Amino acid sequence: MVAHNTALALIQLGAVIFGLGLLGRVAARIGMSPIPLYLIGGLIFGTGGLIELQAADDFIHLASEIGVVLLLLLLGLEYSASELVTGMRRSWAAGLVDVVLNATPGVVVALVLGWGLAGAIAMAGVTYISSSGIIAKVLNDLGRLGNRETPTVLSILVFEDLVMAGYLPVLTAVLAGAGFMAGMKTLGIALLAITVVLVIALRYGRYVSMIVDSEDREIFLLKLLGSALLVAGVASAVQVSAAVGAFLLGIAISDSTAHAATKILEPLRDLFAALFFVLFGLSTDPSSIPPVLGWALLLAVVTIATKIGTGWWAAKRAGASRYGRARAGTALVAHGEFSIVIAGLAVAYGAVPDEFAAMATTYVLLMAIAGPVAARVVEPLLVWWDRKRVPAG
Amino acid sequence: MNVEVTPLPGIGVRKEFSVARGRRRIGIIDHKDGSIDLILSKSDNPDVTEQIPLSAHEAAVLANLLGAPQLVAQLREEHREFDGVTTRQLQIRKGSPFDGRPLRDTEMRTRTKTSIVAVMRAGNPIPSPGPEFLFTAGDLLIVVGTTQGLDAAAAILTDG
Repeated sequence: MVAHNTALALIQLGAVIFGLGLLGRVAARIGMSPIPLYLIGGLIFGTGGLIELQAADDFIHLASEIGVVLLLLLLGLEYSASELVTGMRRSWAAGLVDVVLNATPGVVVALVLGWGLAGAIAMAGVTYISSSGIIAKVLNDLGRLGNRETPTVLSILVFEDLVMAGYLPVLTAVLAGAGFMAGMKTLGIALLAITVVLVIALRYGRYVSMIVDSEDREIFLLKLLGSALLVAGVASAVQVSAAVGAFLLGIAISDSTAHAATKILEPLRDLFAALFFVLFGLSTDPSSIPPVLGWALLLAVVTIATKIGTGWWAAKRAGASRYGRARAGTALVAHGEFSIVIAGLAVAYGAVPDEFAAMATTYVLLMAIAGPVAARVVEPLLVWWDRKRVPAG
Repeated sequence: MNVEVTPLPGIGVRKEFSVARGRRRIGIIDHKDGSIDLILSKSDNPDVTEQIPLSAHEAAVLANLLGAPQLVAQLREEHREFDGVTTRQLQIRKGSPFDGRPLRDTEMRTRTKTSIVAVMRAGNPIPSPGPEFLFTAGDLLIVVGTTQGLDAAAAILTDG
């Protein structure tokens, strides 16, 4: 019986992973992020979908937890502590505008739909956080890394990622049903942890790197993965959120060790994160999407406008031209992995109604597709518009 | 020269400077993963850049192409204290009699008293080429000698 179960689990898992590979290929062919397709894949196979997977469920659950840890660990590895500090200094004003403009629509919609405090805080995060992964790729694909407005866009992303480190612990506390004081306490612990890690990383980053570093690939991988899961587990035990623990560890690892770590962990992250997106799709009932579709569309339209507004304002302060402002604004539109991480947390705690998952999925699908498209079409559109207004000759 | 260094968090570092003639910026993006982009701002719009991804090898070749005249200038500078010795950059052109033949066939040292101190091939410097070194069209030769010797060397490389 046990052997039979194992066989079934392997077959299901294999089918899922192979299917993801095919979807990823489709995404690469049309030049988009695979995340929306993974979500759709999950929708098809999950509750109320075509086929239900049960044998591989336990593994996918744990794997998706590891996926979140790896997503945040690699995010942390991308930044050095000094980049975070200077990025923060340069972008705090734009960062605040970003928070206010883009979290508010999520909060309003959650409150209107009666999802309560937990739902409102979770939705705030979902609509606020842009996808640094998709955006960095789009900027590179469109050859905009040398443009004047690009540092502005990137420093807003840095600010967002740092806000995540303060936001996730609060969200976890609220979702767990802890009161205001307990929430404040976790936030305090988290902020303290961030400060300590930043100081350690700035002063003693090389010692942290030395501990995990190794010439041997196998030992290096084991030490990295082990320390990431340990830190994430401990952080989770003190209610600071596993993801934040991993993020902070990533920041503390620096220089060539960070580079080597990224290289060695990237395939693992892609695998586990893909399973995470699928699980989120799996646990969303496709039949719950149509009722929230209108709201998701509205939310998408509003936050596309507010994200463009944020980028426009920030780029204007940095002295960019009108086209530069438009490019900066549309670059920020894409949402992706972190919106789903937040929604995934909310769903896992069961503190939000079923429509929440449907709303988050639909919204991220829309924004993950709209972002890269908007970034590509804005300039030709603006040029066309200017020509029309001032006829040649 | 004021090289502007801008950190691009999560991506790498951008290093660029303004070109004196023509309101343009030129520079590179040094990616964290080691790859390099050449960037050049567009002439009609200094905010937008052309981004040309280079492999490590291509970047090295470009650096050497830019560096070859530098090398000649440096050698010339070093030889200045020896009266009458100078350095020149000569090319094996298409149709040169030495295209595909070894260095020894030129009998350069005997005939002109000059010496070939380096060859730049496809942007890569090959120092002190031996007598069996095979020339190919496009090779840039860094040759040291007297002015008359260098003139003679240039004539030999073209006409044999």
